[in-house]
Amino acid sequence: MLRLNVNGQERTIEGVADDTPLLWVLRDELKLVGTKFGCGIAQCGACTVHLNGSPVRSCSIPASAVAGQKITTVEGLANGAVLSALQQAWIDHDVAQCGYCQAGQLMTATALLKQHPNPTDAQIDQVMTNFCRCGTYVRIRKAIHAAAAAGKGGAA
Amino acid sequence: MNAVMNPVQGIDAFAAFERALAEQLQTAVAQPVSRRGFMKISGGIGGGLVLALAVGLPDKAEAQGAPAPVPFVPGAYVRIATDGKITLYSKNPEIGQGIKTAFGVILAEELDAAWADVTVEQSEINAAVYGGQFAGGSLSIPMNWDGLRQAGAGARAMLVAAAAKQWGVPESELTTADSTVIHAASARKASYGSLATAAAAMPVPADPKALKLKERKDYKLIGKRFTGVDNLPLVTGKPLFAIDVQLPGMLYATLVKCPAVGGKVASANLDDIKKLPGVTDAFIVEGTPKPANVMATGVLPGVAIVGKSTWAVFSARKQLKVVWDESTASKDSWTAYVAKAKELSAKAQGDKVVKTVGDIDKALAAGKPVEGYYQFGFVSHAQLEPQNTVAWFKGDSIELWAPTQLPANSLPLVAGIAGLKADKVTLHQMRVGGGFGRRLLNDFVADAAYVAKQVPNTPVKLMWTREDDMHHDAYRVGGFMAYKGVLDAQGKLTGFNGHMIGFEDPGTKATTTASDYGANEFPANYVDDYRASVSRMPLSMPCGPWRAPGSNTMSWVQQSFFHELAVAAKRDHVEFLLEIFGRKAGAAPQAGPPGLNPDRAIGVIKLAAEKAGWGKPLPKGRHLGLAFFFSHQGHIAEIAEVSVDAKKKVTVHKMTVVADIGPVINLSGAENQVQGCIVDAMSTLALEVTMEGGAIQQTNFDKYQLRRMPNSPQVDVHFVTSNYTPTGLGEPAFPPAAPAICNAIYAATGTRIRTLPITKAGFTVA
Repeated sequence: MLRLNVNGQERTIEGVADDTPLLWVLRDELKLVGTKFGCGIAQCGACTVHLNGSPVRSCSIPASAVAGQKITTVEGLANGAVLSALQQAWIDHDVAQCGYCQAGQLMTATALLKQHPNPTDAQIDQVMTNFCRCGTYVRIRKAIHAAAAAGKGGAA
Repeated sequence: MNAVMNPVQGIDAFAAFERALAEQLQTAVAQPVSRRGFMKISGGIGGGLVLALAVGLPDKAEAQGAPAPVPFVPGAYVRIATDGKITLYSKNPEIGQGIKTAFGVILAEELDAAWADVTVEQSEINAAVYGGQFAGGSLSIPMNWDGLRQAGAGARAMLVAAAAKQWGVPESELTTADSTVIHAASARKASYGSLATAAAAMPVPADPKALKLKERKDYKLIGKRFTGVDNLPLVTGKPLFAIDVQLPGMLYATLVKCPAVGGKVASANLDDIKKLPGVTDAFIVEGTPKPANVMATGVLPGVAIVGKSTWAVFSARKQLKVVWDESTASKDSWTAYVAKAKELSAKAQGDKVVKTVGDIDKALAAGKPVEGYYQFGFVSHAQLEPQNTVAWFKGDSIELWAPTQLPANSLPLVAGIAGLKADKVTLHQMRVGGGFGRRLLNDFVADAAYVAKQVPNTPVKLMWTREDDMHHDAYRVGGFMAYKGVLDAQGKLTGFNGHMIGFEDPGTKATTTASDYGANEFPANYVDDYRASVSRMPLSMPCGPWRAPGSNTMSWVQQSFFHELAVAAKRDHVEFLLEIFGRKAGAAPQAGPPGLNPDRAIGVIKLAAEKAGWGKPLPKGRHLGLAFFFSHQGHIAEIAEVSVDAKKKVTVHKMTVVADIGPVINLSGAENQVQGCIVDAMSTLALEVTMEGGAIQQTNFDKYQLRRMPNSPQVDVHFVTSNYTPTGLGEPAFPPAAPAICNAIYAATGTRIRTLPITKAGFTVA
């Protein structure tokens, strides 16, 4: 049996193989489908979640290795109906096109603002390594700066 | 609607794919609005107005008698509930092009709805109600502009009629605004919600074409900025995509195919696989017969593994041992094509002449032509959501949830595989995690139907891995172009010879998708002596539509070479292009749908030059490059401002984009498409997939590095306000970007890039 702490809740999952990546436990077992599958080799970042507050590629981490540690997914960013400043900025700046990568982008950006509450463009470039196939990078950058200006970029 | 019903005639730059697609869809959409008529569909929850623009549906209001609670009624464009909530239905797939928002804006404009009252939902897939439903060719806006406005105006007319009857005043005295009907003379107002039930009882407008549509100056919504209607569920991780669908008792499946195109399974260790944990079944897939064309698709041979989770089936793949029979598989080799094409290009005239004007051979012999030989590789779509579909075969019917751009094609395909009639197939259109043309092919839907039939009465989620996607794409075809241009003593272009070396199917000899050379490709009608011809090499690798098919490479070769010509003529590039388009300027518009219009071309080139500071001093080390291309009915000029360092690293500082696509619907969405096209073009400049022994050599994103965040350029977007029918923007901003950047690289370095990806010449894009 696997015990995970996801978005502040203790979850137990039966019958998953030890090598099952965290991504597939989140999606198939816990039905938290906001975290996306893109490549399976930690390249694209669509599967980004927080492990103890730091961004990780959940496609390449066995769930059994993070049992009991604090995991946050995109579903855990808002405080009830109150969006985080980044989520709100993503809407205000109409960032998404297809939207498939955006959960991962938001998770990476949330971690960035925790580390650098007012990030420079260089810091954004360094941390934001997720692919956006639609090419919404210009807007992602704008939204991050806007959320930083709002002064509360992290999870609400 | 009629104006673009047949988007074939007169549109020079339309690629073969679009012609085929338009022809295919014509039967579904060709009925004029006047013969379709409106259809009122009501009967349901608490009254309210539901209006569809439809053919052949029974009038449920009459059939069901007095209104009772209103359930979801498929086929409706507009639904107004008695509480004032307005639901608008978007008929086409949302693939990231923003159509769900744009369609909502168009409907709401003519309905005169307050945007805050509006929710937009994806409609059902139903050709009888909606006609063509697809996301391709940037055609959604031009093909639905009239119909959606009429649907909105028709609903508004019924609300006005209801208020007129209620108040005993003539309709002519009533106005509407913000979901309200107003009688100014008596200071009376009624909300749409309060009128909804009465409006549903009004006769539907007999002739949609007779409805008075708004004039552009009266628009309240069209042209403003709207954030995407799905942005809230997107940023909170709600299930929107097919890959997110979860059904009780659902199983998961994966299908392992031969890496070489055309290979079959000789044997596989199925007994071992079936014993693995979480695996419920494994079987050999014979596949379906070779499709008539790449768009028709089918199921490729391979091994299917079914299990209780995605990871169970993905893990099992690692233990799978297949002996492939590659006796009939493709042996395609990119290096062999490169060598053969170079050899073929020595002839000025290819095997098939597409068009001739005057005597180009004489012109070439008389002067010293400018020559350029161009080569571009294959690229992958790399849409971020891997192919997947959930399918549930129930014996006498099948239900699917799919991320397709062309749902209509999937219905007969699935029906054939499932052994059912097409009306027993229900397809739920899901938000598409990136299209770029790849999902105009429904092969992944076919896979899911095939596997689901083997596992009856159980929903199955069929998942491709990224490796499957990269190995079994319908690639952007590579190709070659040998150009010769003749300049007169004044440096004017008088002769032009293009010999394209492309590809064809080895069996049917059909031209590979996006590997054709249009008879009216620019500058066909602008010079005295002209010839366009093609030679083709056999290619088994499946190739399909890839964002601005044909145009995305034609633009690069053509607009790079036009810069070569301007340089050889010692003329300014802007002036050179303007002079050529000026030869046909002011000509009477041709009949039929709009083609390349020289006046619109001149307009965008001039404005781009002005906005980019063409001819003015630039910061040290910065250089400009220009390109213009007409595609998807959009006239677009782009100017790249770049610098190139000593290590040949190219930084694109700024892109100036001037687009004439008629009126813009959603300014935010339109700018987003342009920005995305620029990033996509910069990404693609440095990418290729290569094939040897019939197999693609790149396996995943580690070998196919899309652009990431750093150095995304400033994109200055300007839309020319023109009075033409609005046209699409998912594609036409892509084609001019690569040649603009390459022309700027030439300005900076003196090196002409004639091969893509640009890494072949030692350049990288910062």
